[in-house]
Amino acid sequence: MLKASDLFYSYPGRPVLQGVSLTLSPGEVVAVLGPNGTGKSTLLRCLAGALTPQGQIELSGRALGAVPPVERARLLAFVPQHVPARLPMTVFEAVLLGRRPYLSWRPRPQDLEATWESLSILGLAELAHREFSEISGGQRQKVALARALAQNSRLLIMDEPTSSLDLRHQLEVMSLLCARAEEQGTGVVLAVHDLNLAARFASRALLLHQGRIFAEGPPEQVLTEDSIREVYGVDVLRMEAAAGAMYFPLAASSSPA
Amino acid sequence: MKPACNKDGQAAYGALTGRRVAWMLGLAALLFVVALLSLAMGSSAAGLRDVLRTGLDGVIFWELRVPRVIMGLLVGSGLAVGGAATQAVLRNPLASPFTLGVASGAGFGAALGIVLAGATVKWAVAGGAFTFALVTVLFILAVARMKSATPETLVLAGVAVMFLFSAGTSLLQFLGTEQQIQSIVFWSFGNLTRAAWTDILIAAGMILPALPALFLRAWDLNLLLAGDEMAASLGVRVDRLRLTALLLAALMTAGAICFTGVIGFIGLVGPHLARLMVGGDHRFLLPTSALCGALLVLVSDSLGRTFFAPHMVPIGIVTAFLGVPFFFALLLRRKREFW
Repeated sequence: MLKASDLFYSYPGRPVLQGVSLTLSPGEVVAVLGPNGTGKSTLLRCLAGALTPQGQIELSGRALGAVPPVERARLLAFVPQHVPARLPMTVFEAVLLGRRPYLSWRPRPQDLEATWESLSILGLAELAHREFSEISGGQRQKVALARALAQNSRLLIMDEPTSSLDLRHQLEVMSLLCARAEEQGTGVVLAVHDLNLAARFASRALLLHQGRIFAEGPPEQVLTEDSIREVYGVDVLRMEAAAGAMYFPLAASSSPA
Repeated sequence: MKPACNKDGQAAYGALTGRRVAWMLGLAALLFVVALLSLAMGSSAAGLRDVLRTGLDGVIFWELRVPRVIMGLLVGSGLAVGGAATQAVLRNPLASPFTLGVASGAGFGAALGIVLAGATVKWAVAGGAFTFALVTVLFILAVARMKSATPETLVLAGVAVMFLFSAGTSLLQFLGTEQQIQSIVFWSFGNLTRAAWTDILIAAGMILPALPALFLRAWDLNLLLAGDEMAASLGVRVDRLRLTALLLAALMTAGAICFTGVIGFIGLVGPHLARLMVGGDHRFLLPTSALCGALLVLVSDSLGRTFFAPHMVPIGIVTAFLGVPFFFALLLRRKREFW
């Protein structure tokens, strides 16, 4: 349902993406991995339509740029890496914003219901009527996720959705996304730094290295000790555990890639 | 358990909406009363009862008091809604047509119109005000686009613009004839007393169409607060919205002050008061700002007329005295906690 081929993107004087292709099918959870500055966020922004790269992106069979913004918003939700710390509204209202693509003026009962449901799923129900500016950083990140869930799209694109969350909430959020993918056929693309989370939850991994795809496939095949040394410049110890491969960083390798 | 929660959450939102509507109705009622009182106030002895009973003797009532109150309503709502829109678009609670120098720009434009065409050529005054309000808005927009621009940068840029335009206005005064100088000086005080019906028509033509145009974009303005990328991913054409809203704000500001002169701080205080009452949802914030702004203008005007009676202090002076402490209070609160 999302098909990107041969994407190139440059910021002034600095090429970032150099021929990246990605296909996302319903029910897949794709983890985009790679060191800082390697183009993960840029790739996600392109997929979400926030940047216009060279190359082709098709959303449900149509060129992404040709889909009207409101219609695109019904098909595809995007959670940027940075969200403002302050919003002059309640948590409930901040999540209700995700219903915008369906709203005309007054929120209908089903909009309020969808808002409440995604708040409940993420365990934010208690906070619903607090001011957004009063809650913690991790909670704000969950509000952004709740907003994306309320958007009720078939595709979720998330830039490091677990970066401010504690261990328990990281697991909860990742399980939740996987459950969505499995039960509703939602396609999920997310950038992550945590190799263990990726190995455990993603159905596919995309390892970026200097703007190109270094490896792609099932996480256990992509994330080997060799590929990690090459891409991240770190020696890791990989151990097989019941939940999937586990990675223990040892030291920065002597010859960084 | 979940259905019960469900009901609570939605009921709470419904209650919130109800409270907001109640605030708006209460404000509207208060505004109505204040407007009536303003109609009754003046150097002529006619009291409220006379106003209500007879409609007063024709000339004073219809040529002085009614235009004054209507102009006050227009100016107050125009400045406050323009301020609320500017704050949303720049995501900056310190922004307002006055603090960003848009009002000074409009002032210079009006002065230029007065010098080039004469104070009686209304369209030249209004056109000049709008043109330079627009120039200032575009400049501020360019500054806001700079990556390092913080809320304070914008306000400082506004101060710089204000100096520039007040120097320009001084230059025009220096070059102008005595009569022109008088018109320009009258302008710089901010004054509702000379509102004529033609002025009101032009001002209404600039302010009233912009109100619904902004109200219709209330949801999009809400989204803009959550960040450009967030808004874009939810279907907002961000650049177009930002430009449209700022142009509308400039139009309203120019319309509000092109005949009355510089009436400061309404565009800053009005939206903040409104936000305290109804929160940040622009569906409620924009109309409430309009009500608050109109109320502030009418009250300031009445204060100016009665405080040093029989002298009438121009409203621009009153709003500055009321607005500056408020502005300071905002600045002294911790950074990024402005709203």
